[in-house]
Amino acid sequence: MPVSTSPHGIPVWRLRTTRAQWLQFGAWLLGISLFLLCWKVISDNTMWVFVEDAGRQGSDLLSRMMPPKWEYASILWKPMWDTLNIATLGTALGIVMAFPVAFLAARNTTPHPLVRSLALMVIVSSRSINSLIWAMLLVTILGPGVLAGIIAIALRSIGFVGKLLYEAIEEIHPTPVEAISATGASRLQIMNYGVLPQVMPAFAGISVYRWDINIRESTVLGLVGAGGIGLQLNASINTLAWNQVSVIFVMIFATVLVSEWISARVRHAII
Amino acid sequence: MSEHAEAYLDARQQAARQGQWRRLPLIHRQWLRWAIALGVVVYLILALASVEVNWARVAEGTSRGLRFIGAFAQPDFMSRSGDIVDGLIESLTMTLTSTVIGVMLAIPVGLGAARNIAPLPVYVVCRSIIAVSRTFQEIIIAILFVVMFGFGPLAGMLTLAFATIGFMAKLLAEDIEDLDWRQVEAVRATGASWWQTMNHAIQPQVMPRLIGLSMYRLDINFRESSVIGIVGAGGIGATLNTSLSRYEYDTSAAILLIIIAIVLLCEYSSSHVRRWTQ
Amino acid sequence: MLTLSGVTKRYPTGDRALTDIELTLPKGQVMALIGPSGAGKSTLIRCVNRLVEPTQGSIRLDDVELTRLSGSGLRKARRSMGMIFQEYALVDRLTVMENVLSGRLGYVGFWRSFLRRYPQDAVAEAFRLLERVGLPHAIDKRADALSGGQRQRVGIARALLQSPKLLLVDEPTASLDPKTSRQIMRLIRELCAERELATIINIHDVALAQQFADRIVGLRAGQIVFDGRPDELTSDILTTIYGEEDWDTSPESVDEPESDPTPAQYERRDITGAMASGVAP
Repeated sequence: MPVSTSPHGIPVWRLRTTRAQWLQFGAWLLGISLFLLCWKVISDNTMWVFVEDAGRQGSDLLSRMMPPKWEYASILWKPMWDTLNIATLGTALGIVMAFPVAFLAARNTTPHPLVRSLALMVIVSSRSINSLIWAMLLVTILGPGVLAGIIAIALRSIGFVGKLLYEAIEEIHPTPVEAISATGASRLQIMNYGVLPQVMPAFAGISVYRWDINIRESTVLGLVGAGGIGLQLNASINTLAWNQVSVIFVMIFATVLVSEWISARVRHAII
Repeated sequence: MSEHAEAYLDARQQAARQGQWRRLPLIHRQWLRWAIALGVVVYLILALASVEVNWARVAEGTSRGLRFIGAFAQPDFMSRSGDIVDGLIESLTMTLTSTVIGVMLAIPVGLGAARNIAPLPVYVVCRSIIAVSRTFQEIIIAILFVVMFGFGPLAGMLTLAFATIGFMAKLLAEDIEDLDWRQVEAVRATGASWWQTMNHAIQPQVMPRLIGLSMYRLDINFRESSVIGIVGAGGIGATLNTSLSRYEYDTSAAILLIIIAIVLLCEYSSSHVRRWTQ
Repeated sequence: MLTLSGVTKRYPTGDRALTDIELTLPKGQVMALIGPSGAGKSTLIRCVNRLVEPTQGSIRLDDVELTRLSGSGLRKARRSMGMIFQEYALVDRLTVMENVLSGRLGYVGFWRSFLRRYPQDAVAEAFRLLERVGLPHAIDKRADALSGGQRQRVGIARALLQSPKLLLVDEPTASLDPKTSRQIMRLIRELCAERELATIINIHDVALAQQFADRIVGLRAGQIVFDGRPDELTSDILTTIYGEEDWDTSPESVDEPESDPTPAQYERRDITGAMASGVAP
């Protein structure tokens, strides 16, 4: 009990008992020492001379970025178009693949527990690996270009859409599903009439949300050769053309803001 | 309009009586329906046409792809074990420190970005920090920080911390904006100061979710720490990049498997922590 | 027409929901199944159309042994058994017409149902049923835009579109107000008479059961303890079904079907009583 009696017989109220207090203290101690240990590892691997120089480097960088070389924007339209395509086609492809996977992974729609664990494995591996890594792999396999980017985005999206969708499927009301099965409907018809209408809004929302994230991700895929505006970014950085880099940043910033606005509007309209 | 709708409904009822019924179209206006369908088709044609595929290169790469998939059957943890362990330690330390620092910095920014407790100028500043941090991919920030702070895990840690600020502060601010205001007023009514209000009314409402989100962010930071190595910001990403460019697929497969395993472990333990705090 | 013999259901947890049920239902009979919560009423109904798998026993509809069916045989058998649910169990985001037409799913192929291209006679019959239950103007409304009574009417239309031989009705009035409850019961009763349907109605409310059923079966702890005409239901028998209670002096239960003796309500009444008499609870 948090209320105990002091030696003078006056009841003393404490937020937690002493044992819990000790545990909490220990946890903090452990956490802080772990943090300091990690900090030490990082600090050992850092050249502090460079860090001391950071302020000057930063202001130098900024001065080279300013003013942006605006005429460079004219050759960015094509890469920007590619970037949008990578995001949109990649999302579409990812959704098409994630849809069946989610139904196989949801506890209430899976045909067999074994299939379920397989589907969950697909989802986990897709989610754990960043789209940039997928792009790196695909570039070595397919060669550099937009196609590698599209597939990388698609592979990464399977896990995201699949996970959120199968959670939505597991949360549906069971009674309409029961009612549809009681009419003598087949398995696919039960999915189509009982499950699908219930998860459709969630599905549309998740897809648009992922598209918005994918726009952001596809801007950097070019760094590993998978097409889009990242290629130009990489080239400008390698030639130290920082005034071009700043133009690219402005374009990315604007695109991401617009896509975020669109996605928020669409999700708002659905819900 | 309502007259039109009535006539439409009447027509549909008459048709249904005769046994004619079609699903209600999702978009009521017919021309709009066609315009959207046409737009989608035109976009798909334009977009697919702009995808250039070098089939000779793809054919050449297929064998490599098969080799890579085969490598998952026998991943090689040993021959580069030194590099892998170094990369992993760097990644994990970056993850932990960046999450701690990021969350600590996100709290004031998040408070400042909540419209109901922050004055307007503070609100604008905090919201723009969030916008910048959320718009740019971690990897772009990493490039800038590598230029400023030199190669190594410090740049990576700062990158992840910066990204964490945007993520956490946005969600925290949204949480504060729709928390239960009656409790805050109840505490204020006792004559509590601003700090006391924060401590007794807002913190208890926001804390469980804050801890949950921090665990989630830890998980994201680990995943991100595996890529920012590509631009020289330390971590397992650098090792992975090297192994891929040397075509040592069995080592790459090993690294990917380790990443998947750690992410799984993170997710599992974070769900436990979340249940424990709620 | 429907014969249950030796039907037993044991849940994996070991709970016995039904023990050795023997029941025969002739064509055109409306049977009310009464009993306290947890007596196995819902389980019994769901065993008939196999939404719940019975552990033992045989269930025959005409000459078909239902317990042995699987796959398409089960689907075919299910379409001849219409079911009406307590919480209506409509699909909220589909329109009323789509909900009614879903009663036809057992008869049409997947692609037809996916594209909503139902045969002409199915659509005409669906609309006739909607007119019969008084909702022809609602065909294009979404199911979640309707009131409780209206939803239950859609649920009835859906069940009847199956052209069933048997109607299974699970607590049709538990979520409705007294007046609507009566209307719904009357509607079910009339439709059963029109189509000569055998019907099992699970119902909490004894007064409604007595008024609208031809036959009453009382279930207690998974066993049949009463089977007879409504007028044979005396307070002694109610005591065997539900347990000790003063059955005669409950005027509320006549106009207020919601007030069957559930413990929660008695608790609430006790507290209000205590507060009214000025005793701190």
